[in-house]
Amino acid sequence: MFQVRIHGRGGQGVVTAAEILSVAAFDEGRQAQAFPSFGSERTGAPVVSFCRIDDREIRTREPVMAPDAVIVQDVTLINQVDLFSGLSPVGYVLINTSRTFEELGLADLFSRFPRPHLVTCPATEIALASFGRPLPNAALLGAFAALTRQVTLSALQTAIRDHFAGAVGERNAEAASAAFDTVTIYQEELARAAAN
Amino acid sequence: MLQQIEGSRAVAETVALCRPEVVCAYPISPQTHIIEAVGVMVKEGRLSPCEFINVESEFAAMSVAIGASATGARAYTATASQGLLYMMEAVYNAAGLGLPIVMTLANRAIGAPINIWNDHSDAMAVRDSGWIQLFAETNQEAADLHVQAFRLAEELSVPVMVCMDGFILTHAVEGVDLLDQASVDRFLPPYEPRQVLDPEHPVSIGAMVGPEAFPEVRYLAHLRQLDALHRIPAIAEEFLTATGRQSGGLVHSYRTEDADTIVVAMGSVLGTIKDAVDIRREAGERIGVLGITSFRPFPARAVRQALSGASQIVVLEKAFSIGHGGVLATDVAMALQGTNCIIREVVAGLGGRPITRQSLVALFYKAAQGELGALLFLDLDMDVVDREVERMKANRRSGPSAENVLRDLGVTRGEGALS
Repeated sequence: MFQVRIHGRGGQGVVTAAEILSVAAFDEGRQAQAFPSFGSERTGAPVVSFCRIDDREIRTREPVMAPDAVIVQDVTLINQVDLFSGLSPVGYVLINTSRTFEELGLADLFSRFPRPHLVTCPATEIALASFGRPLPNAALLGAFAALTRQVTLSALQTAIRDHFAGAVGERNAEAASAAFDTVTIYQEELARAAAN
Repeated sequence: MLQQIEGSRAVAETVALCRPEVVCAYPISPQTHIIEAVGVMVKEGRLSPCEFINVESEFAAMSVAIGASATGARAYTATASQGLLYMMEAVYNAAGLGLPIVMTLANRAIGAPINIWNDHSDAMAVRDSGWIQLFAETNQEAADLHVQAFRLAEELSVPVMVCMDGFILTHAVEGVDLLDQASVDRFLPPYEPRQVLDPEHPVSIGAMVGPEAFPEVRYLAHLRQLDALHRIPAIAEEFLTATGRQSGGLVHSYRTEDADTIVVAMGSVLGTIKDAVDIRREAGERIGVLGITSFRPFPARAVRQALSGASQIVVLEKAFSIGHGGVLATDVAMALQGTNCIIREVVAGLGGRPITRQSLVALFYKAAQGELGALLFLDLDMDVVDREVERMKANRRSGPSAENVLRDLGVTRGEGALS
């Protein structure tokens, strides 16, 4: 089973992101379960959502406490929420920011998790460029697909277009693709740097 | 068709396939998504003929359902928690009048203290009202139970409540195989009322009944529920034949064949329990699970049969009777009268406290060691409780406990009444 925890703020599409991810996995013939953390879902308040992906029936109903991947949609949560709690030692971290882990004061993550599993992605900037609104969730899912390969980009794009009708869906699908490419290039650079 | 879909949406789509003619509801979390989706279907004409009636309260919602049902319409509503309590008088009336209304209860805790999260306190509060109460384990079963509920309700002229865990199921997106209209139509014939308000053949419904007949009328209601004990498994069997899916029925056993310990529970927590049981099985422990789908009528004979081989029964429930203990556990104990089974009551998940696999595995290990007491509150923080007890001892005006505990935990700040 692959378990994902998504952190963000109310209004950023945190719950929608988990749902779209589950639909993409489902469309690829896998079992998936997405659910929100049922907190106070006010605009701006910290919100958590979860997604589980497996090849067999998912029976558990507990919140995801030991995720394989953490997606951070809002970087201002870093000092407010224990974002990496329970994350697997071989887990993935994806943060929506144009800054580096060092600039965020998160360099300690390098010693806790495999370096290629740690990625930042300017998803908000990508969303603004794609459709003019600071909604990073679709772009982040594209970045997630590049990082973990748990779902394909094309399945994600189909799920995104199913969720957002018409041009909005198209622009979000483009944002996902752009973020996918950004992370793929970032990883290639990391690999080259490691080889040198 | 198998779809990745929110639980509320799956229920709404299935309710629409049942062709309700009157839907009335008042919004309350975590039920709201269901009724919103049904409302949209009525407005778009996908569910037709159907009248969607906006009402001013839950009391009105159930009252309108009663009126609609009495005129021969198939009536549906949904609620949760405080909403159910607010319609309580009408809930009893629907059952007392024998009107086959179907209602979804998106199970949620009851205040005070106010809490929107899941437990089974609301369902337990109407345990004795005369409604049939069926508990869903998954969203697939929640959807399927609605079709069976209309069939059962109308056959027996008894209202049926489908209980599904609020948020945990209602807001979970997972695979649900939705039925098609033709299958539902084959399974659920048009509503043929036993009693109907018809100007051509005037009757009155809801007569004043004095001591000369009240016990007999009540006993007849009991007889209908006893009938349901036969009809619930028969309808589930028919559903299995028609759809290939095992949904509903009285009880479900899992790995109980040779079990020394059997865990009894209701609703979505059964999934997490099964995972924990598999882990304890791998460690060599003989443990199984009994899921109870029909809480009212309570299938005492089926429960006794399913538990008969075990020496220890752990009843894990998301509600309790304050000043007493488990509610479901009391019913299970009644069913096991005269046997040597030891019954352990475990209260868990109150107000949405997560029930984790880790806690369950530890609990089952303790059970196997014979270390469980008669009544246990899973993952209760006794230090927090003790500190509030101390505050109450230290000062007469210690203030409201809920607020004190939140401050104690650092959830809220500010000047307390006292520390």
